[in-house]
Amino acid sequence: MMTKYTFTEKKDTRSGFGVGLHALGKMNSKVVALCADLTGSMKMGDFKKEFPDRFFQVGIAEANMMGLAAGMTISGKIPFTGTFANFSTGRVYDQIRQSIAYSGKNVKICASHAGLTLGEDGATHQILEDIGMMKMLPGMTVIVPCDHNQTKAATLALGDHEGPAYLRFGRPSWPVFTADRPFVIGKADKMIGGSDVTIFACGHLVWNAVEAEALLSAKGISVELINLHTIKPLDVEAILASVEKTRCAVTCEEHQINGGLGDAVAQVISRFNPSPLEMVAVNDSFGESGTPTELLNKYGLGPENIVAAVEKVLRRKK
Amino acid sequence: MSQATDPATLKKIASQIRRDIVRMVHACQSGHPGASLGCADFFVALYFRVMKHDRKFNMDGAGEDLFFLSNGHISPVWYATLARAGYFDPKELATFRLLNSRLQGHPATHEHLPGIRIASGSLGQGLSVALGAAQAKKLDQDDRFVYVMMGDGEQQEGQVWEAAMYAAHNKIDNVIATIDYNGQQIDGPVNKILNLLDLKAKWESFGWEVIDSNGNNMEEVVKTLAYAKTQAKKGKPVLNLMKTEMGFGVDFMLNDHKWHGVAPNDDQLAKALAQLEETLGDY
Repeated sequence: MMTKYTFTEKKDTRSGFGVGLHALGKMNSKVVALCADLTGSMKMGDFKKEFPDRFFQVGIAEANMMGLAAGMTISGKIPFTGTFANFSTGRVYDQIRQSIAYSGKNVKICASHAGLTLGEDGATHQILEDIGMMKMLPGMTVIVPCDHNQTKAATLALGDHEGPAYLRFGRPSWPVFTADRPFVIGKADKMIGGSDVTIFACGHLVWNAVEAEALLSAKGISVELINLHTIKPLDVEAILASVEKTRCAVTCEEHQINGGLGDAVAQVISRFNPSPLEMVAVNDSFGESGTPTELLNKYGLGPENIVAAVEKVLRRKK
Repeated sequence: MSQATDPATLKKIASQIRRDIVRMVHACQSGHPGASLGCADFFVALYFRVMKHDRKFNMDGAGEDLFFLSNGHISPVWYATLARAGYFDPKELATFRLLNSRLQGHPATHEHLPGIRIASGSLGQGLSVALGAAQAKKLDQDDRFVYVMMGDGEQQEGQVWEAAMYAAHNKIDNVIATIDYNGQQIDGPVNKILNLLDLKAKWESFGWEVIDSNGNNMEEVVKTLAYAKTQAKKGKPVLNLMKTEMGFGVDFMLNDHKWHGVAPNDDQLAKALAQLEETLGDY
């Protein structure tokens, strides 16, 4: 299988966050970081070491962390909160809703260990509903980068972005393949041009979509692959331009089928250019313990599942 | 604006603010008069005597004292105080809880009402916000204070205790918190709904310097807040455990949880206003 993108190394996306946060700390003294007892897992150690006065260890008290961050914005600080995605969203939804989103506070909620690829810790920690929760909040920007480089780029971009934002990344080592890709919040990245079908993907599943494209290409199917790293605000123009050409689409995400990227794309397509759509996502179930790859395959998120979804949508198109 | 206002003048302002509260709640037939009346003396002391603040209102509050209201349902007393302190025209109090008003049922920044720096209403969140603002002031070497008010029923929220623990651990000693200790919550007396037991001992064991006070005696409120400032900046956060009577100033509302969130009817309004001197002119 020859993919159009290659990787020479695998790295975790959370390390991209750590590198980006440390760089931001050097560039902007207004940047502060808060962490709920997960400094190592969140890769926030370099920031903590170099900027101890701007690093706030809050202990296992995520609700307080969100309130503290909101309070810090008032004098112009730019707080980045760090904990796992489950504790960054579901556990503190009301704090985010009232003190951050409704109050329009410039807090960057940075969340690792999202989705099934968290792995062995199991379903208690594998949040698959966070994109949905966060994208429903008015004014919230939602970004799901696909690899180490893009997570670093997104972190840096958030330093210059005004308003509440949710940055979702993960735990496993994953192919690094976006070295030469530009990153702009809200601007979809067309990684591969094609004419038969559009694949919209985010997060770790962008790489699975790259692999699926190679398999489909070998079968003579021309795939357009779009990395929709920003779920909100959604690049409606890019979605419609692609679907206008391909007349069908498949969405891929490490999230529940309800509420995530697929929902967002379906809403755009059904309103403005009704076309067949298939969704590769977790089908209304919780996860379980296992390795990331085992879990992605068991829950239908592997490259072969994307191939099957493309073949299905192409049959519907005819 | 920091005024050396004498207690007699402060009491007159508080009387007008109590009139404003019952008129606002009566006009829209909703809102929370009980604890608003109970806290009027505290708000007047804070905004007309204690705090250094700018009625032109800058969100960042640099070089100013900040105030956060965690128990946002007592918005009537805050709105009336802000209006009478010059943040906006008291006539706007007539729009409380109406469509397209800046005076939302619970305080919000969304409509840009001067004086409000964060939304509140869902309980338990304000202390955390105040602590974040206080730590930011320390980073900025801004030596002003951060004040925050919470309800006593609100002490049942877990986040309050996360914040309490954090403040002492981090020696956030530029924050002065006040609990409106009126003993009432929506469903009844606090000690019948979920007893706080020895609230003072709880806060002390969490590492706070706790001051007992009476919140319905203007001389004492002013003295307490002055004393609280002398206790601040000594390595510990400061809590003013302030006893008030819900409904203070209106005899038939006094100390009764039924007036937590109920509006007076026309007759009750007339009876209430007869007990409250109009000192600054009704809006």
